Amino acid sequence: MKKTTRSLLCCALLTSACTGTPTQTENQQEPKVAAVPAAPANPYPSTYQAAAAPATLIRGATVLTGTGTRLDGADVLIANGRIEAVGQNLSAPAGARVVDASGKWVTPGLIDVHSHLGVYASPGVNANSDGNEATDPVTANVWAEHGVWPQDPGFETALEGGITSLQILPGSANLIGGRGVTLKNVPATTYQAMKFPDAPQGLKMACGENPKRVYGGQSRAPSTRMGNVAGYRQAFADAQDYREQWHKYERDFAAYQKKHAEQGKDKGKKDADESDEPPSPPKRDLKLETLVAAMNGDVRVHIHCYRSDEMAIMLDLSKEFGFKIAAFHHAIEAYKIADKLAANGVCGAEWADWWGSKMEMFDGIQENIALTDLPQGGCAIVHSDSEEGIQRLNQEAGKAMSRGNRIGLSIAPERAIRWLTANPARALGIDRQTGTLEPGKMADVVIWNGTPFSVYALAEQVFVDGVLEFDRAHPSPQPRSDFLLGQPSAGVQP
Amino acid sequence: MRTFLAIALLSCAALGHAQDVLIRGATVHTVGEQGVLSNADVLVRNGKIAAVGTNLSAPSAVTTVDANGRALTPGLFGGLSAIGIEEVSLEPTTADSAVILNAPAFEMEWRPEFDVTSAFNPRSVLVPVARVEGLTWTMLTPTSGEGGTLLTGQGGAVSLDGRYDAVLAGSRALFINLGGGANSVSAGSRAGQWMLLEQAIRETRSPSAQDEHLLLHPLGREALAKYLNGGRVVFNVARAADIRRAIAFAKRNGMKPVIAGGAEAWAVADELAREKVPVLLDALENLPYSFDDIGSRLDNAALLHQAGVRIAFTQFNESHNARKIRQLAGNAVAHGLPKDAAIAALTAEPAEIFGLAAERGRIARGQIADLVLWSGDPLEVTSAADQVWIGGRQVEMRSRQTELRDRYLKRLQ
Repeated sequence: MKKTTRSLLCCALLTSACTGTPTQTENQQEPKVAAVPAAPANPYPSTYQAAAAPATLIRGATVLTGTGTRLDGADVLIANGRIEAVGQNLSAPAGARVVDASGKWVTPGLIDVHSHLGVYASPGVNANSDGNEATDPVTANVWAEHGVWPQDPGFETALEGGITSLQILPGSANLIGGRGVTLKNVPATTYQAMKFPDAPQGLKMACGENPKRVYGGQSRAPSTRMGNVAGYRQAFADAQDYREQWHKYERDFAAYQKKHAEQGKDKGKKDADESDEPPSPPKRDLKLETLVAAMNGDVRVHIHCYRSDEMAIMLDLSKEFGFKIAAFHHAIEAYKIADKLAANGVCGAEWADWWGSKMEMFDGIQENIALTDLPQGGCAIVHSDSEEGIQRLNQEAGKAMSRGNRIGLSIAPERAIRWLTANPARALGIDRQTGTLEPGKMADVVIWNGTPFSVYALAEQVFVDGVLEFDRAHPSPQPRSDFLLGQPSAGVQP
Repeated sequence: MRTFLAIALLSCAALGHAQDVLIRGATVHTVGEQGVLSNADVLVRNGKIAAVGTNLSAPSAVTTVDANGRALTPGLFGGLSAIGIEEVSLEPTTADSAVILNAPAFEMEWRPEFDVTSAFNPRSVLVPVARVEGLTWTMLTPTSGEGGTLLTGQGGAVSLDGRYDAVLAGSRALFINLGGGANSVSAGSRAGQWMLLEQAIRETRSPSAQDEHLLLHPLGREALAKYLNGGRVVFNVARAADIRRAIAFAKRNGMKPVIAGGAEAWAVADELAREKVPVLLDALENLPYSFDDIGSRLDNAALLHQAGVRIAFTQFNESHNARKIRQLAGNAVAHGLPKDAAIAALTAEPAEIFGLAAERGRIARGQIADLVLWSGDPLEVTSAADQVWIGGRQVEMRSRQTELRDRYLKRLQ
C-alpha cells in the first residue's frame, strides 16, 4: 500500500513524464492498477475562502481593464466574488452596494511577483529572519511558505497600496533558494488561509554576486560565476538522474503489476513466482523533487539575475535541462537584451530606478521597464522586493511609464497598468483567475482617487474576491497585525 | 529636449560656462516671501540670481530660456548621502563613508577627527546621475560600518557642480548614531551610548594624560571641542524616548542638535518645536522596521510641520538613487503636508539646517543660481528635470545612464 502511494506521488510530481511512458499508458488501461485514489498534490493545501460579500456596482469610473483597454465613464459589476460585467450603464442587482466612482480610476488588484513579506517580516529582528536558508548553495527543498509569518504588518500596508496578490520568495543567497508561494493579501492567522488556490509554486534561483559572495566568503563553492553555473548544472543533472530513477521504478512496478495480473488469470503459474518481490521505489529527495517539478513545468522558475550576459547563460541552462523561465527578477540590464527576452517569452520583473549598490547593478537605467516592454511580445513587470516599494508599485510604474514617454515611446496608462496586473499574473501562472477585469475572473479590484500613476494617488477601496478588504474612508480602528495590536501608537494607520 | 541636447554637445566641460541667462514665463517657486509666482522671470548674472519678477528686460548678451509656464524651483537637496564618496556600495575599494577600526568593545576608539568630505570625488558617476534629476547639493555623511563606532565622524555639504573643492563653507556637522541599531558598537546597550558620550565629553573638557582607556586622541579632542560651542550635531535616532534624551544631552553640552530619522519624532513634536530642533526624515517610513520605530507613520512629516518643527527630507544609505527624494516629498503631501512645505523641505529648510540659507535654497535676489526647470509638477513621479543650472551654469543633461540608454535604444529600434 505504501509503495503504491509513493508511486502515485511520483506521478503527481512527474506528471508529464509519467503520462508520456508507454508502460504507464498500458497500466492505465488495466482496471486493477488504475483503481488507486489520487494522492494530494500538495500536503500544505490552501484553506483560503473568500467571505460572502454583497454585489458591488462601481459606477462612472475611468477603468483600466488590464487587457490593454481604457474605458471612460464605465461601470464594473462585482457579484459572487467575481467580475460580472464591465461596461456602460450597468444596472445594480437588488441589494447591491453602489459606489459612485466618477473622477476615480479603477484597475485590477495589483500583483507583486517579488516580495519577502512574512519571511523578512517587520520588525526586522534576528528572530524574523526567515528568508535565506544560507547553509547550502542548493536548498531547493525549502519552501518560503513555511517561513511566512502572517502577522507581518507589511501585508496590511501593501493592501493599502492596492496589492491583492503577491509571491513570497526565498532570498538570493543561494543558487537555488527554494520554492516560492503565491498568496492572496487577506488577513489570516495561518498562511494556508492566504494561499492562492491552485496557484503553481515558484522556484527561486539566483545569478551573480550574492551566492558567490555568501559561499565564497566561507571558502566554499561557489566562489565565482563559473562555480555558480557549475552548481546549477550539477543540481539539474542530479534531478535528471532522479527523474530517471523514478521512471525506471514506474516501469518496473507496472511490469510487476502486469505480471501479477496475468498470473491471476493463469493460476497454474503462481507457485513458480511466490518469492517475487515488488520493486522498491527510490528514496524521496526533496531537493530533487523540486527541480524535477521545475523541469516538468509544475513549478515556475523565477531567477534573480541582473546582468544581460548572465541572463543569456541562464536561457541556455534552461534549454540544456528543459525547463522554462517565467521571469528574470531585478534584471537591471534587461534593456540590453529586451528582444531576446521577448523572443524567449520570458518576463523581466524590474525596479523603476534603483541601481548601483553592487557591480552587477551598475548599468541600471530608468528606461529599463519601458524598453523591456518595447519589443513585440515583451513582458515587463514592476516588482518591489521591498516592504516599502510594494506599497507604491503604482508610483514605480508611473516613473517607468514617464521615462519611456520622454524617449518617445508613447506608453498609455492602459498599457502600463499591465506591468503590475496582467503581466505578473502571467508570470505567476494565475492569469486565468486574476490580473484583468474580465467577466468570470476573481473580483480583485482597486478604486483609486485619480490616476494611479501619480505620487498623490491613493487606493480608496481595495476588493479581494469581491470583499472590501480596505476602505480608506472607514479605516479599521485597530491594526490587523497582532504584533501591532496594543502597541503604544497608532502604528501603520496614519 | 533636443534643444538641450544640442546645447549640451556644444560644451566640453561637465557644466557649461557661467552664462547670464533670463528664464522667462516660469511658475517660480521662490520658497520665500514671494511664494509661488505665475508667469514670472528670473534673471541670472554672474552665477547669482539678479532679479525675480514679471516682464524683466533682457540685458544684452543674455541667453533667454522660455519656460512656457513650467515650474522653476531652487536646486534640490540630495539628502544625507555618500554621493562622490561611494561608487559601488559593496566594493570596499570604492566606498569611503565609514572609518572602520575594528577595536574591541573594551578598548573602543572614537575618531571625531574623521572628516568624510576629504574623500569626495567630484568625478564620480553618481554626481551627474543626481544632478540631471535636479539635485544640486548634498550632505556627505559618515556612516558606521561593521567594526565602526557610534560617533561616526564629520560630514559637510557639497555642491554637485563637479568642482574639486566642493565643500560648502559653514555646513559642517558631527554625526552620532543612537538606539538599538547602535547597540553593537556601544557594548551592547543604548545606556552604554550615553555612558560613552559622557566619557568623550569629559575627555575633551578635562583631558587627563594618565588615563589608559581613552576614547579620544588629542586630534579627536580638538575636533569634538569645536562642537561643544554651538556646533551642529546630527543624531541619527528613531525612538521618542531617545530623541528627548539626545536633545537634553545636546543642550547640556552646548551642541546644536539635528534629529535624523526620527520615526517617532511626531510623538515628541511639541518638545522639538519648543527647542527649535529640526528633523531630517524619510517620509516613506511607516513600518516598525525595528523596536525603535514602532510608532512609524506616513503623516510624521505633516504632524511635525503642523507642530512647528522644521523638517527636511532625506533617505538613509541611498546615494545611487538619491533622486528618489522628490518622491518622499510627494508622498508626504499625499498624507497631509502642504505642498509648499514639502518643496521647502527639499530646498530652503535643509539649507537652513546646514547653515547655507544665506546663499542657497530660495529663488531670491542674491542667492546662488541653483535652479531646476521641471517638465511638470516638481513633486510628481511622472515629472522630470528639463534643465538644471548650478551656480548659473547650465548643466549638461547627460549622465552615464543616459549614455547607456541611448546606446541600447538605438539597437532596439
